[in-house]
Amino acid sequence: MLSALGAKTVETLAAFGRFSLFTWQMGRWLLPGMVRPRTWALLMPELYEVGNRTLPVIAVTGVFVGLVLAVQSYDQLEAAGFERGMGTLLTLTLVRELGPVLAGVMLAGRVGGALTAELGTMRVTEQISALQVMGADPVRHLVVPRFLACLLFAPLLTFWCNVCGSLAGWFVAVRLKHIPSSPYWYNISANVETFDLVLGFVKSLVFGGAIGLIACYKGFHCRTGAEGVGRACTEAFVTSFIVILATDFFIGTFFSGLYRALYGFKALAIS
Amino acid sequence: MDRSAPATNVHPNGEPVVRLEGVRKQFGKLVVLNGVDLTLPRGLTTVIIGESGAGKSVILKHIVRLLQPDGGAVYYEGERIDNLPERRLAKIRPDFGFLFQLSALFDSMTVGENVAFPILEHRQVTRREAVRRAREKLALVGLEGIEKQMPAELSGGQRKRVALARAIAQDPKLILYDEPTTGLDPPRADVINELILKLQHELHVTSVVVTHDMASATKVADRILMLYQGKIIYEGTSRSILEADDARVRCFVHGRAFEEDLQSLQGAR
Repeated sequence: MLSALGAKTVETLAAFGRFSLFTWQMGRWLLPGMVRPRTWALLMPELYEVGNRTLPVIAVTGVFVGLVLAVQSYDQLEAAGFERGMGTLLTLTLVRELGPVLAGVMLAGRVGGALTAELGTMRVTEQISALQVMGADPVRHLVVPRFLACLLFAPLLTFWCNVCGSLAGWFVAVRLKHIPSSPYWYNISANVETFDLVLGFVKSLVFGGAIGLIACYKGFHCRTGAEGVGRACTEAFVTSFIVILATDFFIGTFFSGLYRALYGFKALAIS
Repeated sequence: MDRSAPATNVHPNGEPVVRLEGVRKQFGKLVVLNGVDLTLPRGLTTVIIGESGAGKSVILKHIVRLLQPDGGAVYYEGERIDNLPERRLAKIRPDFGFLFQLSALFDSMTVGENVAFPILEHRQVTRREAVRRAREKLALVGLEGIEKQMPAELSGGQRKRVALARAIAQDPKLILYDEPTTGLDPPRADVINELILKLQHELHVTSVVVTHDMASATKVADRILMLYQGKIIYEGTSRSILEADDARVRCFVHGRAFEEDLQSLQGAR
């Protein structure tokens, strides 16, 4: 029992060490890679894969979350006489929390899994070894463009998710529940602050970077065979999901404290 | 070690290109290489034979530093490379051409892009020049006009030949072939053997071939080594190996089961 626990601890520490080394290798190539024209040539297909192909999935997610939030909150807000503040509540929830988290989870599922499978297959079929033998650093060629694509597109996808969710909320509020349209938008503009947008942006940036790194790491270190690739994909998604939720908590706590320190407590102003 | 043909152990072409000294490698509890000593004489084709899982490919991966030994040393052109920093190693790597067992062509690139890749990576040439050279290398392996095809559209034999064109794209000094004929029918396998001989003749490179295909081994080899249980147990020529005294070598060459395998089968009954 004790030896098994010890072995597990050693294994976990070794995995953490490997991940740290991998992150360091990626970080070392990041700046030189960004000024290298070939990196941008490699980045374009990744941007298309990460960005363009994920937009519809994110739109569907954002719309349905917006619809559900609006439907679920309307009765309570109406009872309290705050139904005009529905847009504010919904948009703040999306901008601060649900937008980055949902976009992150969808990115981890759709893109992270695909990246892990692609790199895992390249490892199993010795394409990564071929790069090494040719003197081309696999981290620079394969990881840097994919990491950058996730990092750059996560904020854009989050923004897209927020827009879709807010519009869906507007549809329920204005079209189905007959709340006037102008107070819906006015209350949003009066209560959603730059600080909220920065918070959402920082979260999405951290999630995007974490997803790219974890997906590439799992692909690079997957075991041989179809089972190895499948397992790596599952591990990449589960790890990304946990990292998203855990870092969401820490970033949220930090920014909440920072807001109070800078501006004190502010209640929502609904008119 | 059985040295049936000691003449081959004298390297007529001076300092060997590669030297392995007491290389040991272990994966978990499995000892794969247990003190391997070998040299690759300049300009000759050395074939390493041995049963599946004997560690033949592991030797190749040590030569190009895809793996690092747990013990012992690897030398290339007299310089120790097993502990060389990656930056220094990157300068040596264009000297190596490696034909992988599964070809390892990049799925997302066309045939032309695959072959041009190492040229663009290491040489200060224009894309047009790289494409021209890639065409030249493809012609050398008898595959002209397929530059625009994707690797998935090729047969197994064609994939091997494209991979070979890519392996020689940087005009390497040393070509390493990992099971070059595995998975090919006999006529296609013989095309690869002919290509190995042709490249040897035209490019004057040093080659090392890892295989368990005896027809291929005897056709292309200037010298043959046999790896058994992590050690080199035989060194000779393609002719001398057919008359080797060692029972394990005779079993392998004539396609018969090893004595201990037969005993374990009898024990299982």
